[in-house]
Amino acid sequence: MNAFIAIVRRDLLLAARRKSEVLTALFFFMIVVSLFPLGIGPETAMLRRIAPGVLWVAALLAAMLSLGRLFATDHQDGTLEQMALSPTPLAVLVSGKVLAHWLTSGLPLVLLAPVLGLQFDLSARALGVLMLSLLLGTPILSLIGAIGAALTLGVRGGGVLLSLLVLPLYIPALIFGAGAVEADVAGLGAGGHLSLLGALLALGVFFAPWAATAALRIALD
Amino acid sequence: MINWFKFASPASFYPLAGKLWPWFAALATAFCAAGLWISFFVAPTDFQQGEGYRIIFIHVPASWMSMFIYCVMAFWAAIGITFNTRLSGMMSAALAPTGALFAFLSLWTGALWGKPMWGAWWVWDARLTSELILFFLYLGYIALTSAIDDPRRADKAGAIVALVGVVNVPIIYFSVKWWNTLHQGASVSLTKAPSMATTMLWGMLLMALAFWMYSIAMSLYRVRAIILEREHHAGWVAELPEMQR
Amino acid sequence: MNWGSAAEFFAMGGYGLYVWGSFGVTFAALLIETQLARKRFADTRRLLRRELAADREALNEHASRRP
Repeated sequence: MNAFIAIVRRDLLLAARRKSEVLTALFFFMIVVSLFPLGIGPETAMLRRIAPGVLWVAALLAAMLSLGRLFATDHQDGTLEQMALSPTPLAVLVSGKVLAHWLTSGLPLVLLAPVLGLQFDLSARALGVLMLSLLLGTPILSLIGAIGAALTLGVRGGGVLLSLLVLPLYIPALIFGAGAVEADVAGLGAGGHLSLLGALLALGVFFAPWAATAALRIALD
Repeated sequence: MINWFKFASPASFYPLAGKLWPWFAALATAFCAAGLWISFFVAPTDFQQGEGYRIIFIHVPASWMSMFIYCVMAFWAAIGITFNTRLSGMMSAALAPTGALFAFLSLWTGALWGKPMWGAWWVWDARLTSELILFFLYLGYIALTSAIDDPRRADKAGAIVALVGVVNVPIIYFSVKWWNTLHQGASVSLTKAPSMATTMLWGMLLMALAFWMYSIAMSLYRVRAIILEREHHAGWVAELPEMQR
Repeated sequence: MNWGSAAEFFAMGGYGLYVWGSFGVTFAALLIETQLARKRFADTRRLLRRELAADREALNEHASRRP
Protein backbone atom coordinates (compact mmCIF):
# COMPACT_ATOMS: atom_id res chain seq x y z
CA MET A 1 0.00 0.00 0.00
CA ASN A 2 2.86 2.33 0.85
CA ALA A 3 4.47 1.63 -2.48
CA PHE A 4 1.15 2.34 -4.19
CA ILE A 5 0.85 5.75 -2.52
CA ALA A 6 4.50 6.48 -3.17
CA ILE A 7 4.17 5.82 -6.89
CA VAL A 8 1.00 7.92 -7.17
CA ARG A 9 2.75 10.76 -5.40
CA ARG A 10 5.84 10.42 -7.57
CA ASP A 11 3.87 10.44 -10.82
CA LEU A 12 1.82 13.43 -9.67
CA LEU A 13 5.02 15.26 -8.81
CA LEU A 14 6.47 14.47 -12.23
CA ALA A 15 3.25 15.69 -13.86
CA ALA A 16 3.41 18.90 -11.82
CA ARG A 17 6.91 19.52 -13.16
CA ARG A 18 5.63 19.10 -16.72
CA LYS A 19 2.43 21.07 -16.50
CA SER A 20 2.37 21.86 -20.20
CA GLU A 21 1.59 18.24 -21.10
CA VAL A 22 -1.48 18.15 -18.89
CA LEU A 23 -2.61 21.55 -20.12
CA THR A 24 -2.13 20.60 -23.77
CA ALA A 25 -4.59 17.72 -23.41
CA LEU A 26 -7.07 20.04 -21.72
CA PHE A 27 -6.78 22.66 -24.46
CA PHE A 28 -7.22 19.91 -27.01
CA PHE A 29 -10.44 18.87 -25.28
CA MET A 30 -11.73 22.45 -25.25
CA ILE A 31 -10.87 23.13 -28.88
CA VAL A 32 -12.35 19.89 -30.23
CA VAL A 33 -15.59 20.47 -28.33
CA SER A 34 -15.80 24.09 -29.52
CA LEU A 35 -15.25 23.10 -33.14
CA PHE A 36 -18.46 21.10 -33.39
CA PRO A 37 -20.92 24.01 -33.14
CA LEU A 38 -18.83 25.80 -35.77
CA GLY A 39 -19.07 22.82 -38.06
CA ILE A 40 -22.70 22.00 -37.47
CA GLY A 41 -24.41 25.31 -36.78
CA PRO A 42 -25.64 27.13 -33.72
CA GLU A 43 -29.26 25.88 -33.45
CA THR A 44 -29.77 25.23 -29.75
CA ALA A 45 -32.02 22.19 -30.15
CA MET A 46 -29.46 20.50 -32.37
CA LEU A 47 -26.58 21.38 -30.03
CA ARG A 48 -28.45 19.95 -27.07
CA ARG A 49 -28.94 16.72 -29.04
CA ILE A 50 -25.29 16.26 -29.94
CA ALA A 51 -23.71 17.58 -26.72
CA PRO A 52 -23.32 14.27 -24.82
CA GLY A 53 -21.79 12.49 -27.79
CA VAL A 54 -19.46 15.34 -28.69
CA LEU A 55 -18.23 15.84 -25.13
CA TRP A 56 -17.68 12.12 -24.66
CA VAL A 57 -15.86 11.56 -27.95
CA ALA A 58 -13.64 14.58 -27.26
CA ALA A 59 -12.92 13.19 -23.78
CA LEU A 60 -11.89 9.83 -25.30
CA LEU A 61 -9.48 11.52 -27.68
CA ALA A 62 -8.07 13.85 -25.04
CA ALA A 63 -7.52 11.00 -22.58
CA MET A 64 -5.68 9.10 -25.29
CA LEU A 65 -3.25 11.93 -25.99
CA SER A 66 -1.33 11.37 -22.78
CA LEU A 67 -1.45 7.56 -22.80
CA GLY A 68 1.70 7.22 -24.88
CA ARG A 69 3.76 8.73 -22.07
CA LEU A 70 2.20 6.56 -19.35
CA PHE A 71 5.06 4.06 -19.41
CA ALA A 72 7.36 5.44 -22.12
CA THR A 73 9.41 7.89 -20.03
CA ASP A 74 9.92 5.33 -17.25
CA HIS A 75 10.88 2.78 -19.87
CA GLN A 76 13.48 5.06 -21.43
CA ASP A 77 15.32 5.91 -18.21
CA GLY A 78 15.20 2.35 -16.88
CA THR A 79 12.87 3.07 -13.96
CA LEU A 80 10.39 0.56 -15.28
CA GLU A 81 12.89 -2.29 -15.10
CA GLN A 82 13.69 -1.37 -11.50
CA MET A 83 9.97 -1.45 -10.76
CA ALA A 84 9.67 -4.89 -12.30
CA LEU A 85 12.53 -6.12 -10.10
CA SER A 86 11.24 -4.53 -6.90
CA PRO A 87 9.65 -6.73 -4.20
CA THR A 88 6.28 -4.96 -4.61
CA PRO A 89 4.09 -6.74 -7.17
CA LEU A 90 4.28 -4.92 -10.48
CA ALA A 91 0.48 -4.89 -10.74
CA VAL A 92 0.29 -2.66 -7.66
CA LEU A 93 2.76 -0.19 -9.16
CA VAL A 94 0.89 -0.26 -12.47
CA SER A 95 -2.37 0.50 -10.64
CA GLY A 96 -0.66 3.45 -8.98
CA LYS A 97 0.52 4.77 -12.32
CA VAL A 98 -2.98 4.37 -13.76
CA LEU A 99 -4.50 6.26 -10.85
CA ALA A 100 -1.97 9.05 -11.27
CA HIS A 101 -2.75 9.16 -14.99
CA TRP A 102 -6.44 9.49 -14.26
CA LEU A 103 -5.83 12.23 -11.69
CA THR A 104 -3.82 14.25 -14.19
CA SER A 105 -5.73 13.59 -17.40
CA GLY A 106 -9.18 12.25 -16.49
CA LEU A 107 -10.20 14.32 -13.51
CA PRO A 108 -9.48 17.70 -15.18
CA LEU A 109 -11.78 16.64 -18.03
CA VAL A 110 -14.54 15.86 -15.53
CA LEU A 111 -14.15 19.30 -13.96
CA LEU A 112 -13.97 21.12 -17.29
CA ALA A 113 -16.88 19.30 -18.95
CA PRO A 114 -19.75 21.28 -17.32
CA VAL A 115 -18.22 24.55 -18.44
CA LEU A 116 -18.04 23.28 -22.01
CA GLY A 117 -21.52 21.81 -21.64
CA LEU A 118 -22.81 25.37 -21.20
CA GLN A 119 -21.77 26.06 -24.79
CA PHE A 120 -24.30 23.42 -25.79
CA ASP A 121 -27.09 24.83 -23.64
CA LEU A 122 -27.37 21.77 -21.40
CA SER A 123 -29.54 22.09 -18.31
CA ALA A 124 -27.96 22.07 -14.84
CA ARG A 125 -29.35 18.60 -14.22
CA ALA A 126 -27.91 17.24 -17.48
CA LEU A 127 -24.56 18.82 -16.63
CA GLY A 128 -24.61 16.99 -13.31
CA VAL A 129 -25.30 13.67 -15.03
CA LEU A 130 -22.56 14.44 -17.56
CA MET A 131 -20.06 15.02 -14.77
CA LEU A 132 -21.14 11.85 -13.01
CA SER A 133 -20.87 9.77 -16.18
CA LEU A 134 -17.40 11.18 -16.90
CA LEU A 135 -16.40 10.59 -13.28
CA LEU A 136 -17.27 6.91 -13.66
CA GLY A 137 -16.12 6.64 -17.27
CA THR A 138 -12.73 8.36 -17.47
CA PRO A 139 -11.08 5.87 -15.05
CA ILE A 140 -12.15 3.13 -17.47
CA LEU A 141 -10.37 5.01 -20.24
CA SER A 142 -7.16 5.18 -18.18
CA LEU A 143 -7.41 1.49 -17.23
CA ILE A 144 -7.98 0.15 -20.74
CA GLY A 145 -5.51 2.67 -22.10
CA ALA A 146 -2.83 1.32 -19.79
CA ILE A 147 -3.11 -2.09 -21.47
CA GLY A 148 -2.68 -0.50 -24.89
CA ALA A 149 0.20 1.69 -23.68
CA ALA A 150 1.99 -1.34 -22.24
CA LEU A 151 1.49 -3.38 -25.41
CA THR A 152 2.82 -0.67 -27.71
CA LEU A 153 5.78 0.21 -25.48
CA GLY A 154 8.86 0.62 -27.65
CA VAL A 155 7.02 -0.47 -30.80
CA ARG A 156 7.57 1.61 -33.92
CA GLY A 157 4.51 3.65 -34.86
CA GLY A 158 3.32 3.13 -31.30
CA GLY A 159 1.10 6.22 -31.10
CA VAL A 160 -1.20 5.40 -34.00
CA LEU A 161 -1.16 1.72 -33.10
CA LEU A 162 -2.25 2.60 -29.57
CA SER A 163 -5.36 4.35 -30.83
CA LEU A 164 -6.14 1.49 -33.20
CA LEU A 165 -5.96 -0.98 -30.31
CA VAL A 166 -7.68 1.05 -27.64
CA LEU A 167 -10.47 2.98 -29.37
CA PRO A 168 -12.63 -0.08 -30.23
CA LEU A 169 -12.42 -1.15 -26.58
CA TYR A 170 -13.61 2.31 -25.48
CA ILE A 171 -16.93 1.88 -27.29
CA PRO A 172 -18.95 0.46 -24.35
CA ALA A 173 -17.81 3.31 -22.09
CA LEU A 174 -18.75 5.80 -24.80
CA ILE A 175 -22.19 4.25 -25.32
CA PHE A 176 -23.12 4.14 -21.64
CA GLY A 177 -21.49 7.46 -20.80
CA ALA A 178 -23.08 9.49 -23.55
CA GLY A 179 -26.25 7.41 -23.23
CA ALA A 180 -26.63 8.38 -19.57
CA VAL A 181 -26.81 12.07 -20.44
CA GLU A 182 -29.12 11.46 -23.39
CA ALA A 183 -31.44 9.31 -21.30
CA ASP A 184 -31.59 12.01 -18.65
CA VAL A 185 -32.34 14.72 -21.20
CA ALA A 186 -35.08 12.50 -22.64
CA GLY A 187 -36.52 12.09 -19.14
CA LEU A 188 -35.86 8.35 -18.96
CA GLY A 189 -33.53 8.48 -15.98
CA ALA A 190 -29.82 7.80 -16.19
CA GLY A 191 -29.65 5.20 -13.41
CA GLY A 192 -29.38 2.14 -15.64
CA HIS A 193 -26.60 3.60 -17.75
CA LEU A 194 -24.65 4.83 -14.77
CA SER A 195 -24.83 1.51 -12.95
CA LEU A 196 -23.65 -0.30 -16.08
CA LEU A 197 -20.81 2.19 -16.33
CA GLY A 198 -20.00 1.45 -12.70
CA ALA A 199 -20.00 -2.28 -13.45
CA LEU A 200 -17.58 -1.70 -16.34
CA LEU A 201 -15.37 0.31 -14.00
CA ALA A 202 -15.36 -2.48 -11.41
CA LEU A 203 -14.48 -5.01 -14.11
CA GLY A 204 -11.70 -2.73 -15.38
CA VAL A 205 -10.22 -2.13 -11.93
CA PHE A 206 -10.13 -5.87 -11.42
CA PHE A 207 -8.69 -7.04 -14.75
CA ALA A 208 -6.92 -4.17 -16.49
CA PRO A 209 -3.89 -3.77 -14.14
CA TRP A 210 -3.30 -7.49 -14.43
CA ALA A 211 -3.38 -7.44 -18.24
CA ALA A 212 -1.24 -4.29 -18.37
CA THR A 213 1.32 -5.93 -16.08
CA ALA A 214 1.48 -9.02 -18.31
CA ALA A 215 1.96 -6.76 -21.34
CA LEU A 216 4.70 -4.78 -19.56
CA ARG A 217 6.58 -7.97 -18.72
CA ILE A 218 6.57 -8.89 -22.40
CA ALA A 219 7.93 -5.48 -23.34
CA LEU A 220 10.67 -5.71 -20.69
CA ASP A 221 11.81 -9.23 -21.69
CA MET B 1 -3.50 -41.69 -25.01
CA ILE B 2 -2.10 -39.49 -27.73
CA ASN B 3 0.78 -37.34 -26.72
CA TRP B 4 -0.59 -33.94 -27.74
CA PHE B 5 2.52 -32.16 -26.65
CA LYS B 6 4.46 -34.02 -29.30
CA PHE B 7 2.57 -32.05 -31.94
CA ALA B 8 3.12 -28.81 -30.07
CA SER B 9 6.61 -28.63 -31.50
CA PRO B 10 6.83 -26.93 -34.90
CA ALA B 11 9.14 -29.68 -36.22
CA SER B 12 6.51 -32.38 -35.84
CA PHE B 13 3.51 -30.18 -36.60
CA TYR B 14 4.91 -28.99 -39.93
CA PRO B 15 4.64 -32.37 -41.71
CA LEU B 16 1.32 -33.13 -39.99
CA ALA B 17 -0.17 -29.85 -41.23
CA GLY B 18 1.22 -30.62 -44.67
CA LYS B 19 -0.59 -33.96 -44.70
CA LEU B 20 -3.86 -32.58 -43.32
CA TRP B 21 -4.52 -29.40 -45.24
CA PRO B 22 -5.36 -30.98 -48.64
CA TRP B 23 -8.07 -33.07 -46.97
CA PHE B 24 -9.67 -30.03 -45.41
CA ALA B 25 -9.41 -28.16 -48.70
CA ALA B 26 -11.18 -31.06 -50.45
CA LEU B 27 -13.90 -31.09 -47.79
CA ALA B 28 -14.32 -27.33 -48.16
CA THR B 29 -14.80 -27.69 -51.91
CA ALA B 30 -17.33 -30.50 -51.47
CA PHE B 31 -19.38 -28.66 -48.84
CA CYS B 32 -19.22 -25.49 -50.87
CA ALA B 33 -20.54 -27.24 -53.99
CA ALA B 34 -23.40 -28.79 -52.03
CA GLY B 35 -24.13 -25.51 -50.24
CA LEU B 36 -24.21 -23.53 -53.48
CA TRP B 37 -26.48 -26.11 -55.08
CA ILE B 38 -28.97 -25.76 -52.23
CA SER B 39 -28.63 -21.95 -52.12
CA PHE B 40 -29.47 -21.47 -55.77
CA PHE B 41 -31.42 -24.51 -56.97
CA VAL B 42 -33.17 -26.11 -54.01
CA ALA B 43 -34.08 -23.25 -51.67
CA PRO B 44 -37.34 -21.69 -52.90
CA THR B 45 -37.84 -18.02 -53.70
CA ASP B 46 -38.79 -16.05 -50.62
CA PHE B 47 -42.25 -14.55 -50.86
CA GLN B 48 -41.21 -11.30 -49.17
CA GLN B 49 -37.63 -10.69 -50.20
CA GLY B 50 -37.66 -12.43 -53.58
CA GLU B 51 -34.32 -13.75 -54.76
CA GLY B 52 -32.40 -11.13 -52.80
CA TYR B 53 -32.51 -13.18 -49.65
CA ARG B 54 -29.99 -15.65 -51.16
CA ILE B 55 -27.21 -13.41 -49.84
CA ILE B 56 -28.01 -14.93 -46.44
CA PHE B 57 -26.24 -18.12 -47.50
CA ILE B 58 -22.88 -16.39 -47.30
CA HIS B 59 -23.62 -13.47 -45.02
CA VAL B 60 -24.61 -15.50 -41.97
CA PRO B 61 -21.88 -18.19 -42.29
CA ALA B 62 -19.25 -15.46 -42.83
CA SER B 63 -20.41 -13.65 -39.67
CA TRP B 64 -20.34 -16.89 -37.69
CA MET B 65 -16.86 -17.69 -38.95
CA SER B 66 -15.47 -14.26 -38.13
CA MET B 67 -16.67 -14.56 -34.52
CA PHE B 68 -15.67 -18.19 -34.20
CA ILE B 69 -12.15 -17.58 -35.52
CA TYR B 70 -11.66 -14.78 -33.00
CA CYS B 71 -12.62 -17.21 -30.22
CA VAL B 72 -10.20 -19.82 -31.58
CA MET B 73 -7.45 -17.17 -31.64
CA ALA B 74 -8.20 -16.36 -28.01
CA PHE B 75 -8.11 -20.09 -27.23
CA TRP B 76 -4.62 -20.39 -28.76
CA ALA B 77 -3.61 -17.24 -26.91
CA ALA B 78 -4.66 -18.77 -23.59
CA ILE B 79 -2.79 -21.98 -24.41
CA GLY B 80 0.27 -19.98 -25.40
CA ILE B 81 0.25 -17.98 -22.17
CA THR B 82 -0.31 -20.97 -19.87
CA PHE B 83 1.94 -23.58 -21.52
CA ASN B 84 4.36 -21.20 -23.24
CA THR B 85 4.19 -23.18 -26.49
CA ARG B 86 5.63 -21.62 -29.63
CA LEU B 87 3.09 -23.20 -31.95
CA SER B 88 0.04 -21.52 -30.40
CA GLY B 89 1.27 -18.04 -31.28
CA MET B 90 1.92 -19.15 -34.83
CA MET B 91 -1.60 -20.60 -35.04
CA SER B 92 -3.10 -17.28 -33.88
CA ALA B 93 -1.02 -15.41 -36.44
CA ALA B 94 -2.12 -17.85 -39.14
CA LEU B 95 -5.80 -17.46 -38.28
CA ALA B 96 -5.98 -13.67 -38.00
CA PRO B 97 -5.99 -12.75 -41.73
CA THR B 98 -8.69 -15.31 -42.50
CA GLY B 99 -10.81 -14.06 -39.60
CA ALA B 100 -10.41 -10.46 -40.72
CA LEU B 101 -11.37 -11.48 -44.26
CA PHE B 102 -14.58 -13.13 -43.04
CA ALA B 103 -15.43 -10.08 -40.94
CA PHE B 104 -14.95 -7.93 -44.04
CA LEU B 105 -17.08 -10.28 -46.15
CA SER B 106 -19.79 -10.19 -43.53
CA LEU B 107 -19.84 -6.39 -43.71
CA TRP B 108 -19.70 -6.37 -47.51
CA THR B 109 -22.57 -8.83 -47.94
CA GLY B 110 -24.47 -7.06 -45.18
CA ALA B 111 -24.24 -3.82 -47.16
CA LEU B 112 -25.35 -5.53 -50.36
CA TRP B 113 -28.28 -7.02 -48.49
CA GLY B 114 -29.17 -3.77 -46.80
CA LYS B 115 -29.41 -1.69 -49.98
CA PRO B 116 -32.34 -3.52 -51.60
CA MET B 117 -34.05 -4.49 -48.30
CA TRP B 118 -33.67 -1.37 -46.18
CA GLY B 119 -32.82 1.13 -48.88
CA ALA B 120 -29.42 1.96 -47.40
CA TRP B 121 -25.95 0.48 -47.78
CA TRP B 122 -25.28 0.82 -44.13
CA VAL B 123 -27.70 0.60 -41.22
CA TRP B 124 -26.62 0.95 -37.61
CA ASP B 125 -28.06 -2.41 -36.76
CA ALA B 126 -26.66 -3.99 -33.59
CA ARG B 127 -25.24 -7.01 -35.39
CA LEU B 128 -23.64 -5.04 -38.21
CA THR B 129 -22.14 -2.54 -35.77
CA SER B 130 -20.66 -5.30 -33.60
CA GLU B 131 -19.27 -6.94 -36.72
CA LEU B 132 -17.61 -3.66 -37.67
CA ILE B 133 -16.03 -3.42 -34.23
CA LEU B 134 -14.88 -7.04 -34.50
CA PHE B 135 -13.24 -6.11 -37.79
CA PHE B 136 -11.42 -3.26 -36.00
CA LEU B 137 -10.26 -5.71 -33.32
CA TYR B 138 -8.81 -7.98 -36.02
CA LEU B 139 -7.05 -5.02 -37.62
CA GLY B 140 -5.61 -4.02 -34.23
CA TYR B 141 -4.26 -7.53 -33.69
CA ILE B 142 -2.71 -7.69 -37.15
CA ALA B 143 -1.25 -4.18 -36.90
CA LEU B 144 0.31 -4.81 -33.49
CA THR B 145 1.81 -8.21 -34.31
CA SER B 146 3.26 -6.96 -37.59
CA ALA B 147 4.77 -3.87 -35.94
CA ILE B 148 6.82 -5.94 -33.48
CA ASP B 149 9.94 -7.40 -35.07
CA ASP B 150 10.74 -10.10 -32.54
CA PRO B 151 8.27 -12.91 -33.37
CA ARG B 152 8.15 -14.30 -29.83
CA ARG B 153 7.30 -10.90 -28.41
CA ALA B 154 4.79 -10.31 -31.18
CA ASP B 155 3.08 -13.61 -30.33
CA LYS B 156 2.83 -12.79 -26.64
CA ALA B 157 1.59 -9.24 -27.20
CA GLY B 158 -0.91 -10.59 -29.74
CA ALA B 159 -2.09 -13.17 -27.21
CA ILE B 160 -2.90 -10.41 -24.72
CA VAL B 161 -4.76 -8.41 -27.37
CA ALA B 162 -6.76 -11.49 -28.37
CA LEU B 163 -7.69 -12.29 -24.77
CA VAL B 164 -8.60 -8.70 -23.87
CA GLY B 165 -10.62 -8.57 -27.09
CA VAL B 166 -12.51 -11.77 -26.43
CA VAL B 167 -13.48 -10.55 -22.96
CA ASN B 168 -14.71 -7.33 -24.53
CA VAL B 169 -16.63 -8.77 -27.47
CA PRO B 170 -19.73 -9.75 -25.42
CA ILE B 171 -19.61 -6.43 -23.56
CA ILE B 172 -19.39 -4.55 -26.84
CA TYR B 173 -22.20 -6.60 -28.37
CA PHE B 174 -24.41 -6.01 -25.34
CA SER B 175 -23.69 -2.29 -25.24
CA VAL B 176 -24.31 -1.86 -28.96
CA LYS B 177 -27.59 -3.74 -28.62
CA TRP B 178 -28.62 -1.51 -25.74
CA TRP B 179 -27.65 1.58 -27.73
CA ASN B 180 -29.61 0.27 -30.71
CA THR B 181 -32.83 -0.33 -28.82
CA LEU B 182 -32.54 3.05 -27.15
CA HIS B 183 -32.28 4.81 -30.48
CA GLN B 184 -34.91 2.61 -32.09
CA GLY B 185 -32.95 2.24 -35.27
CA ALA B 186 -33.52 -0.49 -37.79
CA SER B 187 -34.67 -3.41 -35.70
CA VAL B 188 -34.84 -5.71 -38.70
CA SER B 189 -32.32 -8.42 -38.19
CA LEU B 190 -30.66 -10.30 -40.99
CA THR B 191 -30.93 -13.67 -39.32
CA LYS B 192 -34.64 -13.21 -38.67
CA ALA B 193 -35.32 -13.83 -42.33
CA PRO B 194 -39.00 -14.49 -42.85
CA SER B 195 -40.13 -18.09 -42.37
CA MET B 196 -36.80 -19.83 -42.17
CA ALA B 197 -37.47 -22.95 -44.20
CA THR B 198 -35.51 -26.11 -43.44
CA THR B 199 -33.89 -26.05 -46.88
CA MET B 200 -32.60 -22.56 -46.12
CA LEU B 201 -31.18 -23.77 -42.84
CA TRP B 202 -29.47 -26.63 -44.65
CA GLY B 203 -27.96 -24.27 -47.18
CA MET B 204 -26.63 -22.01 -44.43
CA LEU B 205 -25.29 -24.96 -42.49
CA LEU B 206 -23.48 -26.41 -45.50
CA MET B 207 -21.95 -23.06 -46.41
CA ALA B 208 -20.88 -22.62 -42.78
CA LEU B 209 -19.22 -26.04 -42.88
CA ALA B 210 -17.51 -25.10 -46.15
CA PHE B 211 -16.14 -21.88 -44.62
CA TRP B 212 -15.11 -23.81 -41.55
CA MET B 213 -13.14 -26.38 -43.53
CA TYR B 214 -11.69 -23.58 -45.65
CA SER B 215 -10.47 -21.77 -42.52
CA ILE B 216 -8.86 -24.91 -41.13
CA ALA B 217 -7.13 -25.68 -44.44
CA MET B 218 -6.03 -22.05 -44.80
CA SER B 219 -4.64 -21.77 -41.27
CA LEU B 220 -2.76 -25.08 -41.60
CA TYR B 221 -1.32 -23.96 -44.91
CA ARG B 222 -0.35 -20.55 -43.60
CA VAL B 223 1.12 -21.89 -40.38
CA ARG B 224 3.52 -23.98 -42.48
CA ALA B 225 4.85 -20.83 -44.11
CA ILE B 226 5.11 -19.14 -40.71
CA ILE B 227 6.99 -22.13 -39.25
CA LEU B 228 9.47 -22.04 -42.13
CA GLU B 229 9.97 -18.29 -41.77
CA ARG B 230 10.64 -18.53 -38.05
CA GLU B 231 12.59 -21.77 -37.84
CA HIS B 232 14.81 -21.30 -40.85
CA HIS B 233 17.96 -21.89 -38.82
CA ALA B 234 16.71 -25.12 -37.25
CA GLY B 235 18.38 -28.31 -38.36
CA TRP B 236 15.17 -30.14 -39.19
CA VAL B 237 14.25 -27.58 -41.85
CA ALA B 238 17.38 -28.47 -43.83
CA GLU B 239 16.41 -32.16 -43.72
CA LEU B 240 12.94 -31.59 -45.22
CA PRO B 241 12.38 -33.34 -48.55
CA GLU B 242 11.10 -30.15 -50.16
CA MET B 243 14.39 -28.44 -49.33
CA GLN B 244 16.49 -31.00 -51.25
CA ARG B 245 17.24 -30.62 -54.88
CA MET C 1 -35.85 -26.05 -59.93
CA ASN C 2 -36.28 -22.31 -59.55
CA TRP C 3 -35.06 -21.03 -62.88
CA GLY C 4 -36.61 -21.25 -66.33
CA SER C 5 -33.56 -20.04 -68.20
CA ALA C 6 -29.96 -18.95 -67.70
CA ALA C 7 -30.96 -15.30 -68.14
CA GLU C 8 -33.47 -15.64 -65.32
CA PHE C 9 -30.79 -17.23 -63.17
CA PHE C 10 -28.41 -14.33 -63.71
CA ALA C 11 -31.09 -11.70 -63.21
CA MET C 12 -32.01 -13.12 -59.75
CA GLY C 13 -35.44 -11.56 -59.94
CA GLY C 14 -33.96 -8.08 -60.20
CA TYR C 15 -31.50 -8.59 -57.35
CA GLY C 16 -28.69 -9.77 -59.65
CA LEU C 17 -26.28 -6.97 -58.76
CA TYR C 18 -26.62 -7.58 -55.03
CA VAL C 19 -26.62 -11.37 -55.07
CA TRP C 20 -23.80 -11.73 -57.57
CA GLY C 21 -21.92 -8.87 -55.94
CA SER C 22 -21.97 -10.80 -52.65
CA PHE C 23 -21.14 -14.24 -54.02
CA GLY C 24 -18.63 -12.92 -56.55
CA VAL C 25 -16.67 -10.80 -54.09
CA THR C 26 -16.68 -13.61 -51.52
CA PHE C 27 -15.23 -16.16 -53.89
CA ALA C 28 -12.81 -13.67 -55.41
CA ALA C 29 -11.58 -12.78 -51.91
CA LEU C 30 -11.11 -16.43 -50.93
CA LEU C 31 -9.28 -17.07 -54.19
CA ILE C 32 -6.99 -14.08 -53.67
CA GLU C 33 -6.28 -15.19 -50.11
CA THR C 34 -5.28 -18.69 -51.19
CA GLN C 35 -3.04 -17.30 -53.94
CA LEU C 36 -1.35 -14.89 -51.51
CA ALA C 37 -0.74 -17.69 -49.02
CA ARG C 38 0.62 -19.91 -51.77
CA LYS C 39 2.97 -17.15 -52.89
CA ARG C 40 4.12 -16.57 -49.32
CA PHE C 41 4.91 -20.26 -48.87
CA ALA C 42 6.70 -20.53 -52.22
CA ASP C 43 8.76 -17.39 -51.55
CA THR C 44 9.85 -18.63 -48.13
CA ARG C 45 10.75 -22.03 -49.51
CA ARG C 46 12.74 -20.54 -52.38
CA LEU C 47 14.65 -18.27 -49.99
CA LEU C 48 15.42 -21.14 -47.63
CA ARG C 49 16.57 -23.38 -50.47
CA ARG C 50 18.92 -20.71 -51.69
CA GLU C 51 20.24 -20.18 -48.17
CA LEU C 52 20.82 -23.91 -47.70
CA ALA C 53 22.51 -24.26 -51.08
CA ALA C 54 24.86 -21.41 -50.22
CA ASP C 55 25.65 -23.05 -46.89
CA ARG C 56 26.41 -26.37 -48.54
CA GLU C 57 28.62 -24.76 -51.13
CA ALA C 58 30.56 -22.89 -48.49
CA LEU C 59 30.96 -26.12 -46.57
CA ASN C 60 32.20 -28.04 -49.62
CA GLU C 61 34.65 -25.33 -50.54
CA HIS C 62 35.97 -25.31 -47.03
CA ALA C 63 36.38 -29.10 -47.12
CA SER C 64 38.13 -29.15 -50.52
CA ARG C 65 40.63 -26.52 -49.49
CA ARG C 66 41.79 -28.63 -46.63
CA PRO C 67 44.82 -30.74 -47.62
